[in-house]
Amino acid sequence: MLNYIWFGMMAIAVAAGIINGKIDDVTAAAIDMAEVSVNIAIGLIGIMALWLGIMKIAEESGLIRIIARGLRPITIRLFPDVPEDHPAIGSIVLNMSANMLGLGNAATPLGLKAMEELQELNEQKDTATNSMVMFLAINTSSVQLILPATVVALMGATASDIFITTILATLLSTIAAITAVKVLEKMKRFAPDAPSLGTGSGEADHD
Amino acid sequence: MIEFVVEGLSNIARYIIPSLLVGIPFYALAVKKIPVYEVFVVGAKDGFTIAVRIIPYLVAILVAVGMFRASGALDLLLEILAPALNFIGFPPENLPLALMRPLSGSGSLGLLTDLINTHGVDSLTAKIGATMYGSSETTFYVLAVYFGSVGVVRSRHAIPAGLFADAVGAISAVYLCKLLLI
Repeated sequence: MLNYIWFGMMAIAVAAGIINGKIDDVTAAAIDMAEVSVNIAIGLIGIMALWLGIMKIAEESGLIRIIARGLRPITIRLFPDVPEDHPAIGSIVLNMSANMLGLGNAATPLGLKAMEELQELNEQKDTATNSMVMFLAINTSSVQLILPATVVALMGATASDIFITTILATLLSTIAAITAVKVLEKMKRFAPDAPSLGTGSGEADHD
Repeated sequence: MIEFVVEGLSNIARYIIPSLLVGIPFYALAVKKIPVYEVFVVGAKDGFTIAVRIIPYLVAILVAVGMFRASGALDLLLEILAPALNFIGFPPENLPLALMRPLSGSGSLGLLTDLINTHGVDSLTAKIGATMYGSSETTFYVLAVYFGSVGVVRSRHAIPAGLFADAVGAISAVYLCKLLLI
């Protein structure tokens, strides 16, 4: 899937760039974004370190397990292949809470921690599990209880008008995400062992 | 009433991070007698490796998205989709933002700023735009970072599911605003 989408985006970009006379912009964007990507990753180091450190304390003190156990009735339905008490559930719950509260800076490190723990349960290290896809889908469609700071800054007092609409829209998109994942994961073409373009010669580093 | 709730929630949100930063170590130290400083450092060590590990995935996705944005392909897509969207009552002014949202955070913020400046902060167009912006994430970026951090390259149904949810979010934003804000 990603192979075609990735190539398709670039191929369409080049074709549209030629048609629109923007081929120079396309070239510049490719070079720029390569640099931007590295800056984003480097910028994550500090904040990642901070939250991973705090998370380690939460884990060692048993706090994560307490959270995971408390929300088990909900999470068992969404992530049936994650065993009870597994630390992944704790990280997932914390990531979802951070997302709902608009704490983007805290959400990413917590989410990556959850991915790492989900990867421990994964038998095919280069392929996403059902739980990983579910987690990602809920994450990107997350219910938003707090409006993004950028929106509040742009809209001022008017921002409170869209408080309810944002909560409801995110609620609907989360329901759509969960339903879509549950339906699609049963389809043959999305099965973990569905044939793809080789196994990827680039043996991605699963250390 | 709503202003009060919004303000209350934002005020609570301001205290969440400081409370976690102090509360978690406090519990560990006072109740469980855990050497919090030493444990923190062990956990924090992974920050660097994870951040570096996502670089190739980010480069792949962001370069493709950047090229796509710069090429004006989005305008072509707009023209193709316009008749269908007109038919279901989706306002054309809000379409660029809906299409940009899963691709780029800064790009969609730029479009939202534009909408607010052109139509005014009180306009329905601006409110639909802001709801759209607030109710979705940059799906491609999150996928690159999250899957990249553990070396997952075969994303299976993640993209179709994510984009479907984005579409539902964008369409809901339009109708909810039309329903509740007029």
